Amino acid sequence: MIQAIAFYLFATLVLASGVLTIVARNPVHSVLWLILAFFNGAGLMLLVGAEFLAFLLIIVYVGAVAVLFLFVVMMLNIDFAELRAGFVKNFPLGIAIALVLLAELVLGVGAYRAGALDLGTADGMAAPLAGESNIENIGALLYGRYLFLFESAGIILLVAMVGAIVLTHRGTRSPRGQQNIARQIARKPSEATVNTKPEIGQGVEL
Amino acid sequence: MTQTFMNWGMTHEWAWFTATIAGILLIALPLMLAVAMIIYADRKIWAAMALRRGPNVVGPFGLLQSFADGLKVFLQETIVPSASNKGLFLIAPIITFTVALAAWAVIPFNSGAVLSDINVGLLYILAISSLGVYGVVVSGWASNSKYPFFSAMRAAAQMISYEVSIGFILICVVLWAGTFNMNGIIEAQRGHGFGIVNGFFFNLLLFPMWVMFLISSLAETARAPFDLTEAESELVAGYQTEYSSMSFALFWLGEYANVLLMCALNAILFFGGWLPPLNIDLIPWFDVPGWIWLFAKILFFFFVFSWIKATVPRFRYDQLMRLGWKVFLPLSLAFVVIVSGYLMFTRYG
Repeated sequence: MIQAIAFYLFATLVLASGVLTIVARNPVHSVLWLILAFFNGAGLMLLVGAEFLAFLLIIVYVGAVAVLFLFVVMMLNIDFAELRAGFVKNFPLGIAIALVLLAELVLGVGAYRAGALDLGTADGMAAPLAGESNIENIGALLYGRYLFLFESAGIILLVAMVGAIVLTHRGTRSPRGQQNIARQIARKPSEATVNTKPEIGQGVEL
Repeated sequence: MTQTFMNWGMTHEWAWFTATIAGILLIALPLMLAVAMIIYADRKIWAAMALRRGPNVVGPFGLLQSFADGLKVFLQETIVPSASNKGLFLIAPIITFTVALAAWAVIPFNSGAVLSDINVGLLYILAISSLGVYGVVVSGWASNSKYPFFSAMRAAAQMISYEVSIGFILICVVLWAGTFNMNGIIEAQRGHGFGIVNGFFFNLLLFPMWVMFLISSLAETARAPFDLTEAESELVAGYQTEYSSMSFALFWLGEYANVLLMCALNAILFFGGWLPPLNIDLIPWFDVPGWIWLFAKILFFFFVFSWIKATVPRFRYDQLMRLGWKVFLPLSLAFVVIVSGYLMFTRYG
């Protein structure tokens, strides 16, 4: 019974916060509703027993990606009324993207149901490593059967990251002085200070 | 505990529900008391290092100082700035406080004495602690004031930077222990050093990880020397500037509960948690309950935190970022490779 209550709670909250993400007037509120949607999505994943994916969703999306969203949205002074003006114009495009995503979902689930992807059955009976936690199962799949797909996804992400750094990197150093921390730490009192005993009325030559 | 309630004639579901609620209260209430006392201890240690007396008026040795402070903020008026975003302004301290308490659900106090013994305990801690940044960021934005906003920006960048290296450090520990379960990690440390020392710190590959984890946990909880989010010489009080009364107190409690959590993580991941320090039955060494060992280790690490706060000057922001991204990230990444390579040769090869 508790599971059913939890399911309806999470599902309602996912849908409600998803809708509020779109209709919220303030972009910062939008991002916060989006975070709530992620969070409840993770709750749904927990209910079906995918605890590793659920926590990964929270760590990656809520803990890092959404913080950066929030960061950007807070810094930009977005005029939301202006964005809203394009709603009717962009509506067909939005519908098209939504249809593509839906088709992908249907294809993915269909392929899984037809047995093209060997990920085991949903009830965990035919998991790659029966009786193990789903971390071990995901590991066995990602680093076993789907190793090359997984590694190539990693390389694509690495290239994207390097590209972003190359595009934004400024080669010229700033006119401000640079701190050389290694040199500061390596410095000894004997190099930095000089003990002198000047004669009266003589002054010191350094 | 579920079994006890079932013996009293409850159905399984109700017994589970009651047992969970009782467990939450059993952890949260003593934790609040511990936070009150730890604030007192922090002030006393800090005062002693500055050759001052510290709080010594309220109660014997000033022991009741935190409760007097709590009563004071409780009786104050809650001021909500008129230009602020009121809902978010009031939700932000609640987020900080709730998140700080929620992480304690998977901390084992003894073998089996844990509220929820899930097999991804460490991931849960990572997930919950990554939520902590929202309290700060939302409060900084909702205050609609310059200094809190600067503080929120700093907090967001700082916490993300250090979470990355903390993640890699935890992966090293998990690789060595072979499990994400907190109790499993503690059990893996039994007799880790020559069958005598309990704890991963006694390991040439994991000791540097522990040093980095200690420093990163200071940065993650925004304690000195990384307290740039509330640097009083630059930002008044940072994200707390506009807060008063209980909403301020919730930040305060949440912050210290987080510090205690990080001390507990240091103890559990590298110093054997509720295991005695040595795996030899010195005197009645094994008869001491596990939670006493855990608390002793937590208090030791809290002393280290206070010690650092009293002695190390604050970092500059670019130095903080350099340490996180240019020193800790490459080092911890290299250690993930080294540790997994070593384990591949010795354990799985």
